[in-house]
Amino acid sequence: MKKFALTAVLATAISASAVLPVQAQESLTLKKIKETSAITLGHRESSIPFSYYDDKQQVIGYSHELMLKVVDDIKANLKLAKLDTKLMPVTSANRITLIQNGTVDIECGSTTNNTERQKQVAFSTTIFVIGTKLMAKHNSGIKDFADLNGKNVVTTAGTTSERILRKMNEEKKMGMNVISAKDHGEAFLTLETGRAVAFMMDDALLYGEIAKAKKASDWVVTGTAQSKEAYGCMVRKDDPEFKKMVDASLTKAMTSGDAEKIYAKWFMNPIPPKGLNLNMVLSDEMKATFKTPNDKAFE
Amino acid sequence: MGYQWNWDVFLQPSATGDDTYLGWMFAGFKMTIALSLSAWVLALLLGALIGVLRTVPNKMLAGIATAYVELFRNIPLLVQLFIWYFVLPELLPTSIGDAFKQSNPVMQQFLASMICLGLFTSARVAEQVRAGINSLPKGQKNAGLALGFTLPQTYRHVMLPMAFRLVVPPLTSEFLNIFKNSAVCSTIGLLELAAQGRQLVDYTAQPYESFIAVTLAYVAINILVMTLMKKLEDKVRVPGYMGGK
Amino acid sequence: MYEFDWSSIPGALPFLWDGMKISLEITIQAVIFGIVWGTLLAMMRLSSVKPLSWFAAGYVNFFRAIPLVMVLLWFFLIMPKFFEQLLGLPAGTDMRLASAMLGFALFESAYYSEIIRAGIQSVPKGQISAAYAMGMTYNQAMRLVVLPQAFRNMIPLLLTQAIILFQDTSLVYVSALADFFGASYKVGDRDGRLVEMLLFAGAVYFVICFSASQLVKRLQKKYHPA
Repeated sequence: MKKFALTAVLATAISASAVLPVQAQESLTLKKIKETSAITLGHRESSIPFSYYDDKQQVIGYSHELMLKVVDDIKANLKLAKLDTKLMPVTSANRITLIQNGTVDIECGSTTNNTERQKQVAFSTTIFVIGTKLMAKHNSGIKDFADLNGKNVVTTAGTTSERILRKMNEEKKMGMNVISAKDHGEAFLTLETGRAVAFMMDDALLYGEIAKAKKASDWVVTGTAQSKEAYGCMVRKDDPEFKKMVDASLTKAMTSGDAEKIYAKWFMNPIPPKGLNLNMVLSDEMKATFKTPNDKAFE
Repeated sequence: MGYQWNWDVFLQPSATGDDTYLGWMFAGFKMTIALSLSAWVLALLLGALIGVLRTVPNKMLAGIATAYVELFRNIPLLVQLFIWYFVLPELLPTSIGDAFKQSNPVMQQFLASMICLGLFTSARVAEQVRAGINSLPKGQKNAGLALGFTLPQTYRHVMLPMAFRLVVPPLTSEFLNIFKNSAVCSTIGLLELAAQGRQLVDYTAQPYESFIAVTLAYVAINILVMTLMKKLEDKVRVPGYMGGK
Repeated sequence: MYEFDWSSIPGALPFLWDGMKISLEITIQAVIFGIVWGTLLAMMRLSSVKPLSWFAAGYVNFFRAIPLVMVLLWFFLIMPKFFEQLLGLPAGTDMRLASAMLGFALFESAYYSEIIRAGIQSVPKGQISAAYAMGMTYNQAMRLVVLPQAFRNMIPLLLTQAIILFQDTSLVYVSALADFFGASYKVGDRDGRLVEMLLFAGAVYFVICFSASQLVKRLQKKYHPA
């Protein structure tokens, strides 16, 4: 019996060490940042107000500002005199691959943390909570997903909304024509030019798109939320030490009240490009996230 | 290197529950073939017409044909595609543009892609046809006219049958190009082979398998087309001419 | 009817010019790499050493069988990790631009090699025999006799291919490089003025490529008066 127990302990130890081979090693990402004095940041091009270009082609937004705070902390922690930041635009469809293949060190944009993606990449502490909804023209008569039978509906390729929409279409035999656009900007263009009657996406991003519409009052965000999702920053999966540093930095920003100030700047004040105010008050979920930061996925 | 190969992924049902991933790839394969073939028919018809017009004595007709060729040859295919798909529907009268935009998106993407690829390729086909006609000995045209044929009759009965046999080999390479160029149409969301490849990477998280499979599919198309065209070339070869026996 | 609004363009000019510089940079590098590597491939293809000839034939036929879009996606999404492991580079070395350019150049050199092979074959066999008779080695004969003539014959074709290549650079749209087309698209997307920006981009490409091809034609007449 004793022998059996020993074998079991040994077996557990071996399998544990096989599962976590890099635990004890130094973080590869941090080592690289130290050696090259450079870090590559993944950002979005049209995820308003999280990460997008202003009219001078500079990257701005809520997630981007949080990411820059993380970069400042990394620089301080590694005691680097200077740290070059390289910006790399990513799309919904290629962001995970680019984190995996090492092109991008960290991506803070509008990426949902879910268990399926956790098999490929790691996520930081949650930075935002959204629900997936619809946007349509205010006089289109589209109120909810049930109104979409047989219609052209657009979403963005590589997003959770794309999967939900296609699955719904298949399961409920709704006969929708699902258009998968390259990015949120192109998806909105598809809606605005009348190619689709509705755009399914994360609610905050939909409000963000309204901020750049030719006529903001034409558009409404509507429908029953099909999922509740947590955004996180993406980092490589096999680098827990780097994730720890990112988490610590974000946690500090949230518990110190900095994050709430950044929130107010992007969601409760006029923002580029047209100076529209999204007027989204801090939800209870976001309040809870800021109070007790965590990296839990909703699904 | 830590990569988990998994070729069985193609047999798994897709995350959206409509098919297997292999089914997705096959759908993309069919789309690529359908698009390329229909665009090729368009390219041949228009290309032959424009190519002939470039050789006629009428200055205005020849000038129009030249302008057509220069226009489609000097703008990148991708830009042309975006203009067909994003710009043209906005410039049409509102009612026609809206009717088009509200139709089935796959049809919109297919139509824009087919017209774009067809016209782009037709400019290249026209150049080959023109070169073929110009390579005919002058005597052929004169003989036709001397026999009392009108100019159109001379083209139809004397010059074109000969010219078309001569241009088959150079057209083979244009035909191969149209399959390759069709991959550009993935950028407007048409789910052809290359687009399915990217979608597979996203959904299966098996990038190597997805890209290798799609790349091999293109190689297979290439080999198939080359084999078929070789047969055709043998059949139409003109004895006594370059490459003839 | 559509109402045009071209006001995005003046303010975006510096950004568009940056994009144009990237397009030109990729073009020039790919042309140089394509001619050098393409020449080597062509010589291998014509060489009497069978494995070299097979390798060159396989390479050229493979790259000519697959779409440029696929090559660019390979080099954008898949190859960085592979190079990293192959060359033992530190994780996350930024090789996006290098990888995109390499993919592009490897692809285009297959096309260049075919042009160059035809050019070499266009030099009469007697020339090489004469060079041998004068006691030259194969390398000397190639370098001093065959290639100079071959390149002179090929210049118009090589330049025409460079124009095609310049047009092909727009396909880096599928990776994240902001070339001229990518920049135009981004400005159009940002300002909701895609129609105007796409037409503008098309016009710019047309002016550049048309003028260049007219120059090539003139050059051709100078070298080969019909």
